Amino acid sequence: MRLALGGLDWTLAVVFVPLGGALLCFLLPRRTAVLGLITAWLTAMATLGLTLDVLAKGAQRTALGGWEAPLGILWLADGLSVSLMAMTASVGVAVSVYAAAYFRDEHTERAFFWPLWLLLWTALNALFLSADLFNLYVTLELLGFAAASLTALSGSTAALAGAIRYLMVSVLGSLSYLLGVALIYHACGTVDIALVAACIGDAPRPAVQAAVGAMVAGLLLKTALFPFHFWLPPAHASAPAPVSAVLSALVVKASFYLLLRLWFDVLGGGGRGLAELLGALGAAAVIWGSVLAWRQEHLKQLIAYSTVAQVGYFFMAFPLSMAGHAGAWSGALYLALAHGLAKAAMFMSAGNLMRFGRQDRIAELDRVAYRLPLTLAAFTLAGVSIMGLPPSGGFIGKWLMLQAAFQQGRVDLAAVMLFGGVLAAAYVFKVVGSAFTPGEHEHRGLAVPAAMEWSALLLAGAAILLGLTLPLLWPLLHVGTAPAAALPLATAPGVTS
Amino acid sequence: MQALFWALVGMALVVIGLYALIVHRHLLRKVLALNIMSSGVFLVFIGLARRPAQDGAALAPDPVPQAMVLTGIVVAVAATGLALALIVRLRSESGRSTLDDPADD
Amino acid sequence: MITLFETRPVFDAVLPLLVLASSLIPALVIFFLPEERVRTRTLLNLGGAFIKLALVAGMLWGVSQGQRYEARLPLVDDLDLVLRVGALSLLFLFLSAGLWLVTTVYAVGYLEQSPNRSRFFGFFSLCVTATVGVAMSGNLLTFLLFFEMLTLTTYPLVVHRGTEAARRAGGVYLAHTVLAGTLLLAGTAWLYSLTGTLAFAPRGFVADVADTHRWALTAIFALLIAGVGVKAALVPLHSWLPRAMVAPAPVSALLHAVAVVKAGAFGIVLIVYDVFGIEQAAALGVTGPLAVVAAVTILYGSLRALFQDDLKRRLAFSTVSQVSYIVLGVAIAGPLASVGGIVHLVHQGLMKITLFFGAGNLAETLGIHKVSEMNGVGRRMPWTLGAFTIAALGMIGLPPIAGFISKWYLGLGALEAGVHWPLYVLTASSLMNAAYFLPILHRAWLREPAVPWAEPAAGAQPHIPARGASTWWRRPETGWLLLLPPLVTAALSLLIGLFASLPFSPLEWSLLISEREFRYP
Repeated sequence: MRLALGGLDWTLAVVFVPLGGALLCFLLPRRTAVLGLITAWLTAMATLGLTLDVLAKGAQRTALGGWEAPLGILWLADGLSVSLMAMTASVGVAVSVYAAAYFRDEHTERAFFWPLWLLLWTALNALFLSADLFNLYVTLELLGFAAASLTALSGSTAALAGAIRYLMVSVLGSLSYLLGVALIYHACGTVDIALVAACIGDAPRPAVQAAVGAMVAGLLLKTALFPFHFWLPPAHASAPAPVSAVLSALVVKASFYLLLRLWFDVLGGGGRGLAELLGALGAAAVIWGSVLAWRQEHLKQLIAYSTVAQVGYFFMAFPLSMAGHAGAWSGALYLALAHGLAKAAMFMSAGNLMRFGRQDRIAELDRVAYRLPLTLAAFTLAGVSIMGLPPSGGFIGKWLMLQAAFQQGRVDLAAVMLFGGVLAAAYVFKVVGSAFTPGEHEHRGLAVPAAMEWSALLLAGAAILLGLTLPLLWPLLHVGTAPAAALPLATAPGVTS
Repeated sequence: MQALFWALVGMALVVIGLYALIVHRHLLRKVLALNIMSSGVFLVFIGLARRPAQDGAALAPDPVPQAMVLTGIVVAVAATGLALALIVRLRSESGRSTLDDPADD
Repeated sequence: MITLFETRPVFDAVLPLLVLASSLIPALVIFFLPEERVRTRTLLNLGGAFIKLALVAGMLWGVSQGQRYEARLPLVDDLDLVLRVGALSLLFLFLSAGLWLVTTVYAVGYLEQSPNRSRFFGFFSLCVTATVGVAMSGNLLTFLLFFEMLTLTTYPLVVHRGTEAARRAGGVYLAHTVLAGTLLLAGTAWLYSLTGTLAFAPRGFVADVADTHRWALTAIFALLIAGVGVKAALVPLHSWLPRAMVAPAPVSALLHAVAVVKAGAFGIVLIVYDVFGIEQAAALGVTGPLAVVAAVTILYGSLRALFQDDLKRRLAFSTVSQVSYIVLGVAIAGPLASVGGIVHLVHQGLMKITLFFGAGNLAETLGIHKVSEMNGVGRRMPWTLGAFTIAALGMIGLPPIAGFISKWYLGLGALEAGVHWPLYVLTASSLMNAAYFLPILHRAWLREPAVPWAEPAAGAQPHIPARGASTWWRRPETGWLLLLPPLVTAALSLLIGLFASLPFSPLEWSLLISEREFRYP
C-alpha cells in the first residue's frame, strides 16, 4: 500500500497533471493551444512512467489521502487499467496535435476545447484507476459532462441536439449504475471493489441480482450496445473531428472497461444467462451496425455506426469467458485497444477530408480523396484494423476471440465475427474505392495542415503495429490477474505438449 | 421495515421519472424527470442504509451513504445546470424545445 | 525478435527479409516520388527487381548445398510469423522474381505518359512483396497474412485507370477476394483450434487429429480450398478474373502469370501437400472432389474462351482453364501428376505472360482489342506475333515448348494413379485450346488486314516509333521496352521445354519436390 509521499508518484500524476492543465488552459485562453500540447505531452509521459512502474513492480495500489478502505478511496493500477490508459495517452497526444492544427483559426472553440478535453482525459484516467464503486460513479459523470460539452462545441443545432441527448443518456446510465451501487452497499456495507468481491458471495441473492441488473443496464446504455445505441451516431457525427475521435475511441471504452471490471473482479464471473444475453446483443450489434454503416451517405455517420458495430465484438467475449478462458477477454481487450487507435485515425481522416472538401457526402468524395493520399492511406490502414485483416491489432484480437469460440464450439459467434469482417470491408471500401476515381471538377479546397494528416497516419500505423507486438504487450495486459487465468495452450487429443 | 418503505418510495420515484423521461418530449420536462429519478435513487440509497450500532442492539442509520448522496446531489445539480444551459442555447439557435425524434434503429 | 540459430550465420535469417525488403523499400520510396522523376523511379524499380533476382539465385544455390533459411517473429499464442525457403518456395520465388523483372520493364514502357505512375509502381512493388511473402511463408498464418496483403495491394492496380468500369471491376474483385479471405481465416482458425499448430510440414500436420475429427477436417479442407480457390479462379469462383481485364496490360500480365492466380494455385499446392499431406487428403476423400472441380474448371474455361472476341477476355478464360491443370495435377495424388502440376506453375506463367504482353502490344501500338481486328497483324508486327505464336502453341501442348512437358507429365501421372478420365479432360482441353488459339494465328499470319488499324499519329506516343525507316532494327515494330519482354519470355518457354532435363530446369526442380513429398521418410 503506497501512500502519496515525495518522489514521483505516477498514479497521482496521471490524474492531476491533466486536471491542472485544464484549469490553466481555462484561465489563460490566449495560450491554450501551447499549454494544452504541453499538458498532453506531460500526461503521456506520466502514463508511460506508470506503465513501466506496473510492468516492473506489479499492480500499484494508492490510498487517496492516506485513508484506507472501507472508508477511504483506493486507486489500483493493474494491467487492464494501465493498458487502457496507455492507449488513451497515445490517442490523446495524437488528437492534441491534430486539434492544435484543427482549431488554429477558431478562437472560441479553441478556448473551450482544451480545458474540456483535458478534463475529459482527467476523468478517463481517474476512471481507469478507481477501485471504488462510488468514485467510479463520480468519474463516470465527470466524463459524461466533459464529453457532452465537447459535443456541443460547434454550436450548431445538430450539435446541440446531439449533446443534449448524449447528456441525458449519460445521466440516465449513471443513475442506473448508482442504483446498483446503492443496492450493493445495502448488501455488503462497502463500496470498495476488493471488499465487495469478498462479501458478495454471502450477500442476499435478490439484492445482488437487482444491483447487477441495474449497473449492467446503465453501463450498456453508456457503451451504446444494441439496442441502446440510438444516441451515438447523432452525437459522434455532429461533433468536430477531434471530438468525434475522442468520443468513439476513448469514451465508449470507459464504460466497457467498467463492465469488465465488475464482471471479473466484483462478480467473479457473472451468470450464464446474462453472459449469453450480452453475447447475443453483441452479435446483433455487429450485424446491425455494419449494415447501417454501409448504407450511410455521410462519412462521419458511417464511422459512427462502425463504432456501434465494433462495440458488439467486445461483448461477444462475455459468453466466451465463462469457462475461465483468458483468451476471450484478452482478445476483446486487444480489440478495444486497436479500435481506439484505428477509430481515432478514421475520424481524424474524415476531418481532413471534410476540411478539404467542405462536405462529407461519400458519393462526392472522389473529388477530394484523390487529392489527399496521406489521409486516404491513414483511413485505409485504420480500415485494415477495423476489418480485422492481418497484420493489425484488430486481427490479433479477432484471432484470439475466434480461437476461444472454436475451442468452445461456439460456431455461431465465430460466424458472426467472420461475417462482421466482410461487412466492415464493404463499408471501408465504399470510402476507399472513391479515392481512385478522379471527380469531374477540379476541386479547390482548403489546404489541410501536415500535422493533421500525419497525426492520423501515425495513429493508423500504430494500430497496424499493434498487430505485431502482442508478445511484448501480453505481460502488461495480464499484470494483476490470477495465474489461473493464463492462456491455456491449444490442446488436441494425442498431442503431447 | 422502514428501510423497505423508503426504498419502495425511491423506486417508485425512479419509475415515474423514467416514464416521464421517455414519454415527454419537451426538454425541460425531461430534465425534471431526470431530477426526480435522481431523487429516487438517492432515497433508495439512504433509505436502505443501516449499520449495526456500536452497542450491537438495533440498527442505526449509516452516515456514509449520506456523504455519498451529498456528492450525488452536487453532481445532479451540475448536470441540471449543464443541461439547462444547452437547452437554452438550443432554443435560441433554433427555436425548438424538443429533440428531433431519434431515428429508430 | 528474430531468432538466430547459434550454429548458423546471420545470413540465414536475414536473406528472406532482404528478399522482402528489395521490393518493399522501393515501394515506400516510390510512393513519395513526384510524377516527373521517371529516371529515379525506373532505377528503383529495376534495381529492386535485379537485387531480388540475385538474392533468390543466391538462395537457390544455398538450398542446393543444404542450407536452411528461416526468419521468425512471434505473433500471437504460440504462432510465429515464419519465412522459410525450401524447394517449393524457391520455385515460386524464382518465377515471381524473374517475371517481376520482365513485367517491370514492360510496364515502364507501357505506361509512359500515363497519369499516376508513382502510385502504380508503388502498389506494383507492394504486390510483388506480398507474392514473395506468400512464396516464403512457413506456416498457414504467415500465408494468410501475405495472401490478404496481396488482395489489398492488387485492388489499386485493378482500379488504376479510374473509369467507372474499372471501379466496378474492382468492386467485384474485392467482393470475391474478401469473402475468400474470410473463408480462409475461418478454416485456419478452426484448424488451429484442433491441432495447436499451423507450421507447414512435409507430410502435413493434421495426422494426429485425423481419426477423431474427420468431418471437421473435411469441412476445413473445403473452407481453405474455397478461400484460395477464388484467387486461383476455380469455377464457380472465377468471375472476377475476366472482369479484371479492364486493368492495363502489365496488371493483367502480373495478375495472371505471377501474382494473384499463381498465389492461389500455390496455396492449393501448399494445402494439399504441407497442411494435410497427400496421404491424409486421400484418406479423407477430398482429392476426388477437388479433381472434379479442377476438371470442370478446365473444360468450362476453355469453352468460354472459344466464344470471346475480346482478346484479353479470351486469354482470361484461358487462364481460368490452364491454372486448374495445376490443381488437377495436385488432386490426382500421384508423384508424376504432381510433377506435372507443379512444373506447370512455371510453364503456364511464362507462356501466359507472353500472350498478355502480345495483347498489350497490339492494344497499345495498333489499338487492337478484339480478335476480329487481328487480320494480317503478323506482317505488321512479326516479332510480337512470333512470340505470341510460340506461347500459343505451347498452351496447346505442342512439343518442344514447355507446355507440352506439363501435359505429358499430367497424362503420365493419371495413368500411374490408375485413373483414365483426366486423360480425356486433357485431350478435350487441348483440342479446345487449339480451337481458340489457332484461328488467332491463322488470322494474324495468313489473312489480309480488313480495316485499317487505329494507329496513333506520329509523335503522339513517343515510346512507339513512327513508321518510315527501312531496316527493322532502326524501326522496331513497337517500343523496345514493349518488345523485349515477350521475346525473352517466349524464348524461355522454348528453351525450358527443349532443355528440360538440365539440372536447374523447372522440371528437375519439380521432380525434386515431388520426390520429397512422396518418399520423404
